Amino acid sequence: MGTDIIDRLVGIEPGSPLDAIRGRRPTAREQAQASYTALFAPEAAGGVSATERFAVASFVTSLNGEAETAMFYAAGLAESGASAGLRQAVDTAIVAATGQGPYGSFPTGPLSREDTPGPAHRLAPDTRATLGPRLAAAFEHVHLLVFHPRDAAPAALQPLLDAGWSTTDIVTLSQIAAFLSFQSRVVAGLRVLTGAL
Amino acid sequence: MTDTILEPPPHAAPIVFTRALLDWLPWLEPLAVEALTERHMEALVDAGRAKSAYFRLLARDPGALKARTLADKDIFYNQDAGLPRAERELAAAATSRFNGCIYCASVHSRFAATYSKREADVQRLLDDGVGADLGERWNAIVAAAVALSATPISFGPPHVERLRRAGLDDLAISDVIHAAAFFNWANRLMLSLGEPAET
Repeated sequence: MGTDIIDRLVGIEPGSPLDAIRGRRPTAREQAQASYTALFAPEAAGGVSATERFAVASFVTSLNGEAETAMFYAAGLAESGASAGLRQAVDTAIVAATGQGPYGSFPTGPLSREDTPGPAHRLAPDTRATLGPRLAAAFEHVHLLVFHPRDAAPAALQPLLDAGWSTTDIVTLSQIAAFLSFQSRVVAGLRVLTGAL
Repeated sequence: MTDTILEPPPHAAPIVFTRALLDWLPWLEPLAVEALTERHMEALVDAGRAKSAYFRLLARDPGALKARTLADKDIFYNQDAGLPRAERELAAAATSRFNGCIYCASVHSRFAATYSKREADVQRLLDDGVGADLGERWNAIVAAAVALSATPISFGPPHVERLRRAGLDDLAISDVIHAAAFFNWANRLMLSLGEPAET
């Protein structure tokens, strides 16, 4: 198996039926991988450290319920040099944040009957202290993206700015959470399809 | 200098899902058109996207934007067999309806309606939601997109079986998976970095 992350996480062997199917959309395959590289091994890290990227990834993929993918990013977090204490805090945050989505409210009007209210996540004080202000703000924000993105509002960005995330950092953080929502689902979907071929 | 949240100008916000043309107003400062370098332009892929506040905001991370855009185009525009374009757009619209992205749903319901010529069915998806009865083939595609979009992900063998019974081959099923998965990416960016406005 090559280094393509989706192939690796699904278990797609060269020459297998699913390898051939992915080969029919070669640019999608190559650019899904390029997205991973851009977000987790960028040419320039910019304002977001590797540990921050992998900590958020570990949190998001666990909440998505994609165990293999989550293990991959947890390993990446360890390789990024994250301390045992930080890794423990990420695991604690995952357990406390597990839930079901999508929920949230629509703009007031005819869609209000579809509103499914649910919580904005707040980390436990000791988890927050170990994660530090930047990662704590990031975790609370990406919880919104994972479970109830339709509750997003401009004010939800203020805690990130207050914790030192720049506009450009927030774009990268949002791309990480959003890309992993894609990657986890491609992996989960193709794994089911492989089992059915 | 600390960055700040943008105050969108006064506008009418859509309160229902619609196939009408909407605008999108950013909550964070996009790059200025005149600040776009060659690298940014390459990340935008189509030069015309420099007009879009959404793409100029995403251009702040050009590597991520470029790969996102090229993946998007192949998932939806690659014409080599698989799922017809109309039904890739249906999966995108259903995902957006389920997650609650009024802007994304507007764009991709227009495409689904244009390519399928089934305006009434597409409008029913928007009006009644992902439980609307659109005929078995479309119902199977919508159900697969919804199960894949749930958190935690709840897509399983019964969804693949139902798609097969509805006439989709393995490449077409892979296209459903990719189209729905991609809109879980797109919806989260559009919903969390800005808001829709009526034009």
